[in-house]
Amino acid sequence: MNGEPISLLNAGGNFTSSPELPFETDSTDVLALYNDMLMARTVDTEAIALQRQGELGLWPSMLGQEAAQIGAAHALNPRDIVFPTYREHGVAWCRGVDPVDLLGLFRGTTLGGWNPTENNFNLYTLVIGAQTLHAVGYAMGILRDGDVGTGDPDRDRAVLVFLGDGALSEGETNEAFVWAAAQNLPVVFFCQNNQWAISAPYSVQSRVSVAQRAQGYGFKGVRVDGNDVFACLAATREALAAARAGQGPTLIEALTYRRNPHTTSDDDGRYRTLAENDAWAALDPIDRLRTYLQSTGLLNDANVEDISRRGKALAEHLRAGCRALPFPGHASPFQNTYADLPDELERQMNEHLEFVEAGE
Amino acid sequence: MTAVTSRMPIAHALNLGLRHAMEADEKVTLIGQDIGQLGGVFRVTDGLQKTFGDHRVVDSPLGEAGIVGSAIGLAMAGYRPVCEIQFDGFVFPAMNQIITQLAKYRHRSEGAVTLPVVIRIPVGGGIGAIEHHSESPEAYFAHTAGLKVVSPSNPQDAYDMMRLAIRSNDPVIFLEPKRNYWLKGDVSTSTTTPADLDKAVTVRKGTDLTLVTYGALVPVAMKAADVCQEEGRNIDVIDLRSLSPIDDKAVVASVQRTGRLVVAHEASRSAGLGAELAARIQDEAFHSLISPVIRVTGYDTPYPASRLEEEWLPGLDRILDGIDRSFTY
Repeated sequence: MNGEPISLLNAGGNFTSSPELPFETDSTDVLALYNDMLMARTVDTEAIALQRQGELGLWPSMLGQEAAQIGAAHALNPRDIVFPTYREHGVAWCRGVDPVDLLGLFRGTTLGGWNPTENNFNLYTLVIGAQTLHAVGYAMGILRDGDVGTGDPDRDRAVLVFLGDGALSEGETNEAFVWAAAQNLPVVFFCQNNQWAISAPYSVQSRVSVAQRAQGYGFKGVRVDGNDVFACLAATREALAAARAGQGPTLIEALTYRRNPHTTSDDDGRYRTLAENDAWAALDPIDRLRTYLQSTGLLNDANVEDISRRGKALAEHLRAGCRALPFPGHASPFQNTYADLPDELERQMNEHLEFVEAGE
Repeated sequence: MTAVTSRMPIAHALNLGLRHAMEADEKVTLIGQDIGQLGGVFRVTDGLQKTFGDHRVVDSPLGEAGIVGSAIGLAMAGYRPVCEIQFDGFVFPAMNQIITQLAKYRHRSEGAVTLPVVIRIPVGGGIGAIEHHSESPEAYFAHTAGLKVVSPSNPQDAYDMMRLAIRSNDPVIFLEPKRNYWLKGDVSTSTTTPADLDKAVTVRKGTDLTLVTYGALVPVAMKAADVCQEEGRNIDVIDLRSLSPIDDKAVVASVQRTGRLVVAHEASRSAGLGAELAARIQDEAFHSLISPVIRVTGYDTPYPASRLEEEWLPGLDRILDGIDRSFTY
């Protein structure tokens, strides 16, 4: 658990099976993984560019974490539900959230951006670790609905909650682990250990690996190479299957690296070296999958061209979509605060609308 | 469910309200520390786990953030959780979940997701307790957009307001006046419409001065009004019931008749509910006022050691003194 992470696809693009983590490439649409990883990187690249152009106030980049996110997301069934942090752009893509909708939060047009009930993908959570408890509560609901351990694949479901290494230091994450274990809940904690919580390295936070912590709570911890999409997919598949079957929670540690600053407002040159970054760039998750696909003949001119065309279309969609994001209505903060608008708030809304109208 | 009227204390009325809400809607689920087999440290949930099972009356691990955070998740999954926080002073570990998550989620999701979570908290002093067991944290919640804050003062309201709070699609902080848990009164389970959750109620009609309070101080205010009656002063007593939103219309209408307002609460004075009411009254009834709005409250100190609480709390004498100050202005 504390040792080397399980790796199936190494940095050179070579696949090796592991007795610890069964995985068959035949049973997986590897090209779809590759496509989604590239699309996630496209979303990230375009969003950074939009921030540079002043179209977004901020963007938390996921560069380098594509394997972790796309691998985990491909293990989901449609009825499973995801609780993300604020960096799961790749997972959002796989869940069918329009990437333009991810931009609103960072453009200041909304505090959410999508209907969380439509894709079983919750809103981003900015307060570190808070979503781990929502995941636990939702899993309690699934248990009470009887949708665990029936053996019916159309019925059994589980919760996949994302967290970072920083969240492991939050008290609420501890509570989530305690509750999930005590009630044997259908929840998988997927921790992308990208090694930096803004400027705090993992060593500031813990003397043991992320995965090893699970032992203290009494459930399984798995440590995988977070830049290896096969390992991330296989570990999440196994954990979700166990959760749906009623075997309780798992903590997955995907060891990876946040290659960009924490957000576009951060200056990582003040706390880490370029050499460290270069070393992780050499372990790029997309490069190694491309090498694998080339070596197995799954990548050809036609599908390379096809993916490239889709990437360009997505980039254009983001650029145009971002600028077309509607401004929120003047009344919207008032209308959305309560299900039943209180009289005092209605007074304040009318006062504000009259004021705005007079100024226009 | 046939309507019956019987005499019972507030704690039992709350229990009955919970029971009937659970019977009416199978999604109503209780979460809290020691609420199952023990029935809660104040026995408010007594017997409910036996009737409804441990999936609907959940004995939680310790961890107030966990209670509220998991209730949020349960609500997202279509349930109507009712949390119990054991004592007022222990709600603070849950404040992150309450303020950054529970109160904001409807707003963030632009109305797509509502979180019908009720958080029950026994509040207030007067029971000779140790530190952290006598606090009045209502202003924190009333200051937080997205929350409703209510407090019943009698068994009938305890029963009605519990059921209404559970039915509300907005999160409700439900403050229970713990020193009056054993105060008895008639409770009718009649299905006729009770007063709305967010409406104040005039509990005594008067013409000379408006006395506004809520929760455990309502019976004290009634006693004060009795004393004043003997002196020929007719006090209009309003039980606020809802602290957010505040039914200021009821208070304004009363002050427009009486010209005088005294607000009493156990919570500290500054930036409290009394300050809010004073502001609204000067806004809406400025020309009706004969004397300044008087606040009779706890002081801006931590809650004192219990041997001092009787003098620290706004009791009968301090309320009467406040009334005198209004009349002699």
